[in-house]
This record gives sequence, structure tokens and C-alpha cells, in this order.
Amino acid sequence: MSALYQIEDLRLSLPDMTRKPMFGAAPRIEILKGMSFTIPKGQVLGIVGGSGSGKSTLGRALVRLLEPTSGSVRFDGTDLTHLSEPELRPLRHRFQMIFQDPMSSLNPRMSVARIIAAPLSLHGRPNPREGALEALERVGLPRSFGARFPHELSGGQRQRVGIARAIALRPDFILADEIVSGLDVSSQAQVLTILRDLVREMNLTLAFISHDLSVIRRLCDRVLVLHQGEIVEDAECEALFAAPKAAYTRELLEAIPEPDPKKPWFQRAS
Amino acid sequence: MSFLKIRDLSVILRGTNHRLLRGVSLDVGATEVMGLVGESGAGKSMIGKAVLGILPRSAKIVSGSIELEGVDLLTLPPRQRRHMIGQKAALIPQDPLTALNPARRIGPQISDRLVDILGWVRARARARAEEILHDVHIPQPERVLRSYPHELSGGMRQRVLIASAFAAEPRLIVADEPTTALDVTVQKQILKLIFEMQARHGTALLFVTHDLGVVSKICQRLTVLYGGLVMEEAEVGAFFDTPTHPYSRALLAATPRHTDPTADLTPVPEAVIAEARRAVAEADQRWHA
Repeated sequence: MSALYQIEDLRLSLPDMTRKPMFGAAPRIEILKGMSFTIPKGQVLGIVGGSGSGKSTLGRALVRLLEPTSGSVRFDGTDLTHLSEPELRPLRHRFQMIFQDPMSSLNPRMSVARIIAAPLSLHGRPNPREGALEALERVGLPRSFGARFPHELSGGQRQRVGIARAIALRPDFILADEIVSGLDVSSQAQVLTILRDLVREMNLTLAFISHDLSVIRRLCDRVLVLHQGEIVEDAECEALFAAPKAAYTRELLEAIPEPDPKKPWFQRAS
Repeated sequence: MSFLKIRDLSVILRGTNHRLLRGVSLDVGATEVMGLVGESGAGKSMIGKAVLGILPRSAKIVSGSIELEGVDLLTLPPRQRRHMIGQKAALIPQDPLTALNPARRIGPQISDRLVDILGWVRARARARAEEILHDVHIPQPERVLRSYPHELSGGMRQRVLIASAFAAEPRLIVADEPTTALDVTVQKQILKLIFEMQARHGTALLFVTHDLGVVSKICQRLTVLYGGLVMEEAEVGAFFDTPTHPYSRALLAATPRHTDPTADLTPVPEAVIAEARRAVAEADQRWHA
């Protein structure tokens, strides 16, 4: 397997506006503190960590919604690190993103078909509407849903529209940023199953960001555990669950309440 | 004897015939922890809100009773009802950022309630606020009392709200998805704290959540809801061994188990949902007849 993404010593800092003096530049906080890893073609990579660990920032740097401060991000041989927006545009159809909150990432005034067709028209694909309806079918929604509006859908259905939009361009890589954290368990299981099938059918490479290790196990081949802007563990999924190496990974695992009252989780104070 | 006793509670969307709660009955013992589980729209928060008398304007209670220590809240005049709820019950809300006033310091946000509802003098309320913050393991409570909500972390804000809920020594606490906005490690600390407080104060707790994992760790009994209708009510031990209702079984199967490499994710099957919908439709038919 060749590498689709090669990330070397990736660093990213952002201005801390809460401590900006009245005049002059705000001090910068380092969010990503030097990360190196590769994502082989066809792999499903889980990225986990608590809030503030830098997992979303890392994701956004991968799809170049944020520009890294230093280090390099190579996508299929091309150095994306400091490319300008016009230089990125011809590449953008190859890496797509699914967002956490479908209510704010789907335009409420557009029909589902138009939402999914938008990236197709933007990249000049022929017959965007037909492409959009095909993408809908791929995520298990009937074509008739194309005429609906986001508010007419359930949370799980909305998230499937988000997936349809991301796969419509037939990208090589998809970044899914906490896409099931707002969903009920039953829609969560459904969305994850669809995503897993799509990865197989469409030969996708996927980075799946989550704070919940229990969903990672069902989906991912490999897991990066982030803590305060650094990679504390990079392991094959099964190895990580069988024998977590980093103390922080163990802490994350122990914090998951498993649906079994017989397994002790914390001692009841009484 | 149960502290909270709800019988045949129906809530409709105002101006329509559409029921949001369909004849819900449940009991919570004086020191019991009861989990309310269901998917979004199942009406689990609605029950908590009905008990606390904070239903949105668009919802209206049309039948049933809600008894606190044998007194039916729904038959009391509004003033008395509010007074009784304020004295005996409290809420731990879901989102600590919207529950706290961003423009006021933490201290008065805790003590106001004690002054307004319990009629305490200010100094006593302030002392109580400091004491209760200490109880929820907040370091330097006097500094936190002077802080604004934005100066605290998410976990710390949730601690403040737990403190605030327990400040007036209520007999019943409704916790409405109190950890949904937090990440797993903080969630564990907060749940631990809620249960430490619950055990120490001997409070009844109605715990609203969509996470069966959380229920299995902290509740003694649980009620599973679908479409505002009770599907199953059970002891936690028995439920996780053998859930009797097909919908409960499906919900449990859809909950991820990270320690079991063979367990797969199973969405709730269409047939089970169809069955649950049928039960809802039948309940409506009986009700409209």
C-alpha cells in the first residue's frame, strides 16, 4: 500500500484572541506540536482525543481548511502545505469533508438535491442533478428525498445527506469530523455501517475524528490518539484495544461506560 | 413508598391533537436513581420538564397526575405549585453554557435561588454557596464564586450547576443529559460526582439520557420510551441480562461495546420500529375513543 497522505513534523499555531493586547499582535498558541504520520491508501484512520487535543485542527490542516505553520502535508505526492486557494482548487475534489453538525453545514434554504449537486457544479461535472441523486441512493436514501429540505429530515438522514455530498465527487479521501456524536445510538449504528460499506465499495481512504473510542473499534484499521497537540499513541486498532500503551489511551478507554452493570466502572460512594 | 409518582401523564402540542407524551406512568423511590432512556423525540426530557413545571409554552398537560410525596402538583394553584417544586426539586441541565447567565458572577447565580425560593438571608445563602462548591470538589471556591461562566472550563461549569442543584437540599433531582456536552474523561468525573452527591444527600434522581452505557453504571431502574410511550420499565440488572421488549433489545444491540471485538453495530431494525409505531398508534386510538 502506498501512502496517500504523508505528514511530517506538522505544526500549527493560532492567535489567542482572548489575550490580544489593544495594540499589536495577539500571542500565538501552538495547537499542533509536531506530528508525523502517514495514511496509506484505503486505510480507515481513527483520530481520537479529548476536547482541546487538536484533533479537529489536525483534520482541517489535512484538507487545508487551515494552513500549517511549519512542517509538511503531502497528498498523493503533492505538497499541500502552503498552496494558495487557486492552486488547491483543482485538487479539492479529491479530498472531501463531512461535518459534525448537519444542521449548520446544510443550507436550510436549499433542497437536498441542490445541496449535494453544489460541489458537482462547482467542479464543472456534467449533469450534477443526476450525480446528486445517485449519491443519495448510495447512502441508502430514496431519490425522492432530493426534493426535501434539511428540516424535513431526521438527524441520521441529515448526516447521510452530508455523506452523500462528500462522496458525490468520488474523492480519494474523506475526513469525517465527529459525524456521529450528535446522533442517537440507532442512527449512529446506521451511519457508521453506511460509511464502512462506502469505504469498501468506493475504495476510499478515511480519517474519522471522534472523542469516543467505542465507535472507532467498529470502523477503523488504525488509531492515532492525540493529547494536547501531540500524538501519544499510533497503533493498529486491535492492538490498541487489546493492549493500550499510552497512559492517556488507557484513561480514555476506562472512561467509556460499557452497557453492562456487572462490570465495575467507578465505586459508588455510599 | 415512591417519592415521585406519575400516572397516565399525557402532554399535547398546544392547538393540536398530537400527543408528545402518551399516558406515561412511573415511580421514583425516595433515594432511587431512575434512568429515562430513548431516542431523540421519545419524550424523555419532556417528562423531566413536566415534573419541574418548565414545559415549553407549546406543550400542554391534558391528563394524568404528577405526585410529589403524595401531593398532586397539577391540582395545586400555580403559586403554590412553583413553591413546592422549588423547595423539593431541582434540575441539572444539559448545557452548562446556556444554563448560566454569562453576564453574572457564579456566586449570586447559586445563592439567588436560596434567597428567592427558600427565603434565606443573603449572608447565609452566600455561605451555603461556598460550602456546596467545596462539596463538589472545586478548588478555591471563593475564587470561583467571583468568576464569570466564561472563565471556567466545561467540566467546571457542570460542577457549578451540580452544586447549584444540590444547594437547597432538594429531595428530587432531574438530570437532563448532564454529560452529553462533555468528553468521555470529564463525563466520568461528572457522573461520579453526581452519584457521590446523590448518595450522600439521599436524593431521588431522575436521570435522562440516550446512553444505555451510562444507565447501566448509575441507575437502579430504567424506563425505555419510544414516541412518548413507555416501552419497558425494569430493574437495571434484569434489563441488561434479558431486555424483554423487542425495542429495548434493539436499542441495546445498537449501543457500541468496545471491549467485545466480535460485537457488531446493529441499527434498530425497521420491523422493530414498525412494531413500536404500531403500539403508539394503538395507544392513540384508545385515547381518542
